[in-house]
Amino acid sequence: MFLWIVQRDLLLAVRRRSDVLTTLFFFIIVVSLFPLSVGPEMNMLRMMAPGIVWVAALLASMLSLGRLFANDYLDGTLEQMLLSPQSLSVLVLGKALAHWLATGVPLVMMAPVLGIQYDLPTDALFVLTLSLLLGTPVLSLIGAIGAALTLGLRGGGVLVSLLVLPLYIPVLIFGAGAVEAIMAGIDYDAHLSLLGAFLLVSVVFAPWAAAASLRVSME
Amino acid sequence: MAINWYKYASPASFYSLAGKMIPFFAVVAFGLLVVGLYIGFFVAPTDFQQGEAYRIIFIHVPAAWMSMFLYVVMAFWAGIGLAFNTRLSSMMATAIAPTGALFTFLALWTGSLWGKPMWGTWWVWDARLTSELILLFLYIGFMSLQAAIDDSRRADKAGAIIALVGVINIPIIYFSVQWWNTLHQGASVSVTQAPTMASTMLTGMMVMVFASWMYSIAVILKRVRVIILERESHTAWVAELRQKGVL
Repeated sequence: MFLWIVQRDLLLAVRRRSDVLTTLFFFIIVVSLFPLSVGPEMNMLRMMAPGIVWVAALLASMLSLGRLFANDYLDGTLEQMLLSPQSLSVLVLGKALAHWLATGVPLVMMAPVLGIQYDLPTDALFVLTLSLLLGTPVLSLIGAIGAALTLGLRGGGVLVSLLVLPLYIPVLIFGAGAVEAIMAGIDYDAHLSLLGAFLLVSVVFAPWAAAASLRVSME
Repeated sequence: MAINWYKYASPASFYSLAGKMIPFFAVVAFGLLVVGLYIGFFVAPTDFQQGEAYRIIFIHVPAAWMSMFLYVVMAFWAGIGLAFNTRLSSMMATAIAPTGALFTFLALWTGSLWGKPMWGTWWVWDARLTSELILLFLYIGFMSLQAAIDDSRRADKAGAIIALVGVINIPIIYFSVQWWNTLHQGASVSVTQAPTMASTMLTGMMVMVFASWMYSIAVILKRVRVIILERESHTAWVAELRQKGVL
């Protein structure tokens, strides 16, 4: 069931390639806007790079949350999934994983290239990628709760940002913090460990909360 | 002398009970407010470091405490409502949110008024200020989620889930912000090392804290009464009240 849902959602993502690409290009454009707005001063950009890339990743991941359940909700598939005897939490976990594979992973792979634009040193690029690799699944998992709660509501897209962005803050702090730490020559292990801890906690709790939210929304 | 909780869990009987309790809490709140402000402005000595500007703590500290406390109370009632399906508990949660948000805003506002003469700036990215700001976002998220849902049952449950997720996240967010702040060492000021207070200052502050408590209870009960009427407007007992001309 779990693998089936991942496979199915990934197949759907491949069929609707433009959705995935839109998110990726949104990420790239947001990151590229910053030098245009604050000026091309390389030293400043290098300092701001971890924060900018992380904020852009947050926004991009949040923008794509609408598609997590909305299409299945509209064509009735979600209702059938709720009726199935399988655990709804596992199903939500599968959908979140597929969402991460379709939107999070491209962001992670794009990040080093954008980091080069900001003249980040190689080791910082490595940590940036690693921190995004650990952090973006958390974003998908927490986002699933918000997406499930706002399912079918008017103005759901804006509402979801109000709900999930405050909850994203710890991930942002330690994700960007890890990169800043290595650039300052400090040990960055603690940051990555905390990101890993967030990931484990959200893998356990977020699908459960999102499943409860789905039940509320589909009543 | 067991209280029949089930009786008062029904909106109809709670409505009249709340109506009787509101004047009491309102009067006590007003009395404490007058006493607290009097102590704060006339009795408490001038601080030798901060001058007269420190007097803002008589409003700021109670507001900050209430803002955090009310979020937990709100999540508690929302959780009870979700677990036991009691309508009144969810209504309580909905009624608490605006008061909590108001106190959060007050704490931020008075904090920045205090910050200008003390630190020379309206805002610093101090750990406490930042987490208070995030708390305001959480309140606003809760309220706008409930406002966006027309079906009140779904609104209650959805609000409960986001309130509970928020309350689990508050410690995580708080410590994240604190570590983030110590990592950056940006602002050289710290709110944590407050000088020890004169006892009259402490008395004034505590009186103001109780005044805020009483005020919150009165206002929340008032709001819950309105919510009860709104949601139960189709029921017989509300129609009866209307006939008697109470409404």
